[in-house]
Amino acid sequence: MSDTTQNGPVLAADGTPLKRSLARALRMQKMRALMLIAPLLLFVVITFIAPIADMLFRSVENKIVATTLPNTVVALQDWDATGDAPPAEPVYESLYYDMFVAAEAKEHTKLGSRLNYEQTGLSSLFRSSGRRLDDAGEAQIDALEDLNPAWEDPAFWYALMDAGSGAADDDLLAAKRKQMTELTDIDHGVDIGFAPRADISQLLPKTADAYTLFALFTAVEDEDVVAEEEPWEAVKVALVQDLQEGADVSSYTGPGAAELAAAQTALAELPAMNFKEVFLDIDKDWGSVDNWSTIQTYSPRYTSGYFLNAIDMQKGPDGPEARPENQQIYMMLFKRTLFMSLVITGSCILLGYPVAWILANLPMRTANLLMILVLLPFWTSLLVRTSAWKVMLQQQGVINDVLVWLGLVADDARLVMINNQFGTIVAMTHILLPFMILPMYSVMQTIPPSYLRAAKSLGANNWTAFWRVYFPQSVPGIGAGSILVFILSIGYYITPEIVGGTTGTFISNRIAYHISSSLNWGLAAALGAILLAVVLLLYYAYDKIVGIDNVKLGG
Amino acid sequence: MADTQTSDAFVEFERVQKSYDGENLVVKDLNLVMPKGEFLTMLGPSGSGKTTCLMMLAGFETATHGDIRLDGVSINNIPPHKRGIGMVFQNYALFPHMTVAENLSFPLEVRKIGKSEREAKVKRVLDMVQMGAFGGRRPAQLSGGQQQRIALARALVFEAELVLMDEPLGALDKQLREHMQFEIKRIADNLGITVVYVTHDQTEALTMSDRVAVFDDGRIQQLAPPDQLYEAPENSFVAQFIGENNTLEGVVKEINGDVALVRLDDGELIDCKPVNVSKPGERTRVSIRPERVEYNKERLQEGVHTLKAEVLEFIYMGDIFRTRLRVAGNEDFVIKTRNAPDQVRLQPGTQIEIGWLPEDCRALDA
Ligand SMILES: Nc1ncnc2c1ncn2[C@@H]1O[C@H](COP(=O)(O)OP(=O)(O)OP(=O)(O)O)[C@@H](O)[C@H]1O
Ligand SMILES: [Mg+2]
Repeated sequence: MSDTTQNGPVLAADGTPLKRSLARALRMQKMRALMLIAPLLLFVVITFIAPIADMLFRSVENKIVATTLPNTVVALQDWDATGDAPPAEPVYESLYYDMFVAAEAKEHTKLGSRLNYEQTGLSSLFRSSGRRLDDAGEAQIDALEDLNPAWEDPAFWYALMDAGSGAADDDLLAAKRKQMTELTDIDHGVDIGFAPRADISQLLPKTADAYTLFALFTAVEDEDVVAEEEPWEAVKVALVQDLQEGADVSSYTGPGAAELAAAQTALAELPAMNFKEVFLDIDKDWGSVDNWSTIQTYSPRYTSGYFLNAIDMQKGPDGPEARPENQQIYMMLFKRTLFMSLVITGSCILLGYPVAWILANLPMRTANLLMILVLLPFWTSLLVRTSAWKVMLQQQGVINDVLVWLGLVADDARLVMINNQFGTIVAMTHILLPFMILPMYSVMQTIPPSYLRAAKSLGANNWTAFWRVYFPQSVPGIGAGSILVFILSIGYYITPEIVGGTTGTFISNRIAYHISSSLNWGLAAALGAILLAVVLLLYYAYDKIVGIDNVKLGG
Repeated sequence: MADTQTSDAFVEFERVQKSYDGENLVVKDLNLVMPKGEFLTMLGPSGSGKTTCLMMLAGFETATHGDIRLDGVSINNIPPHKRGIGMVFQNYALFPHMTVAENLSFPLEVRKIGKSEREAKVKRVLDMVQMGAFGGRRPAQLSGGQQQRIALARALVFEAELVLMDEPLGALDKQLREHMQFEIKRIADNLGITVVYVTHDQTEALTMSDRVAVFDDGRIQQLAPPDQLYEAPENSFVAQFIGENNTLEGVVKEINGDVALVRLDDGELIDCKPVNVSKPGERTRVSIRPERVEYNKERLQEGVHTLKAEVLEFIYMGDIFRTRLRVAGNEDFVIKTRNAPDQVRLQPGTQIEIGWLPEDCRALDA
């Protein structure tokens, strides 16, 4: 056994330190316990925690700009958004190539919708531009194709660009595979029957770029053979650009060398393509500094933009700034949600306490019977209950009819009790009441009647006995009920949606709207995250003030 | 020993009845008079109506019929909190959300007593129950015995003249219980308060009380000081309920003053003291305490009737010997003898003769 009088660690029977052998014994127990709950844990993690984490992640994730317009974002980095000049030609050039691929993959409209959250008009700008990009550079393409029909021949192009069978991936192909994978979320790491020729990549970098993207897209998305498909317009535009920018074609001896040399001489006189003009032609909004500034602000892969938006702010060129007054809505909604949840919790306490008290003090049989009445609402559909309130509260509804019939209210001055805060509070109090009564009841049941008797025998009248002795002991039930009701109501959605009108809706209705209608999941996630933070904060405050061990759901 | 005189009556039950359901009487015709300063115990089997009586006195139940008077005033219509009766509950009912000191000052606060006086009284009563150092603790941090003391202190702190205790020691172990019996008795005597104490532990009742009221079936079967209760039970229920008792059944043959001749069911004749029998021919149960039975012929009186008995079992209990006999067809006849140096240890199977003083053998109702 151990010898405690000695200095130094206490030893177990086998000579190991007692602490360590205890830890070992406990670890075995813990492992065994963990194994038992492992299936459930796994289930919860996979089906519950992971989706929530993913949703929360969306509130800061913003890679769509960088994946859709990878080169534009880089080119735009040095542009000064505070000036009043739109970006320079290289930005438009990158935009042309990025947009062309995105439009082929039909990803540009998604980016348009994303950016539209920040700047209205961008969605239609992107949509229309994507459509009209095929016609851009017509002069260049026609000139090229007029020189030699070979430039319309898929096989010729393939022979020119391909490194031959069995060539390994080079840096270019790897980079493009990654770009396409990120853009489309489809794995582009498969065999596409094409690898760029190293000497061509060197000689005609833009062409090689564009053709590689084309090859990847054709093989993976369209599931066609690269050698049988005519390249994109963008590839031809790139070739003309490469040739005009003075590629040293004479050093090249591979397939199509003659055609390349001929094209370079013939196209030398053709005016170079002006990408900026192309875009301004498509839509003059491409010259708007505001639009470009938005693209630049939201080009990082992670953004605080959604969160700023959720608290009625936005990113400006000089950091976060308040949104225009007429766009501020979320702070008001948060405040209203908190306020109404508090009112609902309060009315649930007021209504639930006497009921719970009666239930707890009745004989078991009667109490069980009445309990059914409390639980009855649980067994009817939420929608039915909420709609019932509509029937009750509307202007031609039961309550108004009765009031008019009694003469308490004039027929032309019927009370407005629905589609406003009042309606929401009434309906939600009713719906959440059982969540208040049940914990209260189970706590009150454990308070022996002898306490009240003791208090009275000590000279307290009924009220004092209740207030000083019974009430403090029922507080844990109130606490548990309040937390339940408050947290439930803060995230409630269906009832405010049905009876809330415009003034009685909650933040959750807005979240639902962004999830299912505007599809702005990032903002929805940010709103949800803030809601979660508020609840945790309140929970923490509650723990500090009341103490969470003062919360009992029963026993 | 307090003599019952209506003149100095402090607590009075007069023809009190109680029914909870309108069909059964839980308390049937209760009459009880207690003088000031008496320690009275209600003793009886479970369900005999003891708690009900206490609750009627405290005001938590109303009597269905009859009058309850405190200090000459009928209290039927006075609500519990105005009766000024201290009460100790079986589970103590210490308020769990208050400290010991707060529990004790609660009755003083509701009486609007000033803070300094409150503190002085709380301190005094804490010292009285030897719990002076525990004022700041919560009830849950106290042992059962300590909680018991606090419950007692709380019933005493507002200087109630009448204190009711409903099985206050029921939850304690034997040793602590004996200690607390002594404490409660000491404090009650010192303060001169009147106590109504409910228990179903007869030792507790006998050791603490001035008088014991034996309850059965909603009635007081006997109300008497402990020694009378034990030595002179008035009916066979009390004889059976208090202490150990041997019963023999038979028919009264004749009564001569304070000696009755009883013919037992197997034909033997014995001498008894007639208590509940009035005329020959009546059936009776004869009651005799085990320690009053003598089998040493030399110690028996001349001329008394003796009975034949066969030893069935001998149990050594240290201070006494307990011997089970077959007597007149009864196989549960027990005798107790002191473990003295000259005492014979009876072997099972031995045939002996037993006898007793006629006044120790009481002929009760059948
Ligand atoms: N609130 C009540 N409603 C109906 N019947 C009751 C009620 N309280 C007690 N009784 C009945 O009254 C009878 C006497 O009960 P009481 O509590 O007075 O017994 P007691 O002598 O205190 O028993 P114990 O020694 O078990 O505490 C019992 O039969 C019981 O069932
Ligand atoms: Mg009882």
